[in-house]
Amino acid sequence: MKSFISTILCCLFMISPAIAQNVEMADIMRSNGKIYVVVAVIAIIFIGLMVYLYRIDKRVNKLEE
Amino acid sequence: MQLKWWKILGVLLVLYSIIAGLLLPVPHLDILNESIRNLYFHVTMWFCMIILMLMSMVQSIRFLSSFDKMRDLKAEALASTGMFIAVLGLTTGMIWAQFTWGAFWVNDPKLNGAAVTMLIYLAYFILRNSIENEDSRARVSAIYNILAFVMMIVFIGILPRMTDSLHPGNGGNPGFGNYDLDSNMRMVFYPAVIGWILIGTWIAQLRFRIKVLEIKKENL
Repeated sequence: MKSFISTILCCLFMISPAIAQNVEMADIMRSNGKIYVVVAVIAIIFIGLMVYLYRIDKRVNKLEE
Repeated sequence: MQLKWWKILGVLLVLYSIIAGLLLPVPHLDILNESIRNLYFHVTMWFCMIILMLMSMVQSIRFLSSFDKMRDLKAEALASTGMFIAVLGLTTGMIWAQFTWGAFWVNDPKLNGAAVTMLIYLAYFILRNSIENEDSRARVSAIYNILAFVMMIVFIGILPRMTDSLHPGNGGNPGFGNYDLDSNMRMVFYPAVIGWILIGTWIAQLRFRIKVLEIKKENL
């Protein structure tokens, strides 16, 4: 009965719920928290580049004066 | 001149898009899998490029109405930054295509349109460098820049929508429908677009200011 209802529901809402359960995502990486390592690395690289850009901006300022 | 608020805002928005873009839930879709997160990084490059080119065209129009040489330099700086962002968009797109469509380059109207657009803008820089006289260089390249922007809209905005494209939102189905972009993704995508536009403008502004310094030095 339960599976019958879920089948009906899946048909009603097209295929999206059925797909959602079968699609492989990086869930392991999320559950063990390693994703935060990736976020930290990318964030540091980005912040570093922006600090560099800021310093170039300051040097241009100096030259303009 | 102090650090302007919009530069900080741009950095913060992109930083937010990196953190939220990797951590917030995304729709579970076949083939795309986690690579759907590329939307926050690859697609934003193109949005940023289009806005930079638009700003460049506006500067060119304003140059033609005032013949202020600074406007011409601004147009050039914005277009070259836009071109750089487009190269990033193209290479990231190629990597994404390899893992979702199976090849680095597929015969897709949007891809070919983007390539043609980049060639058009390449011609803009060649045109600029090939004219010796400063006044005519500024005038001719301003007119060409307006034409280039129109051609870009035709090649990446209109033509891909007339035929079938692998890109979502094309083939007679404009924009992001509910199906393509859910509300969670919008919350990251739009801030990311604004952030990258601000950072792109910042880089272009630096380029312009350095160019002005160079000209001043030459005239000393």
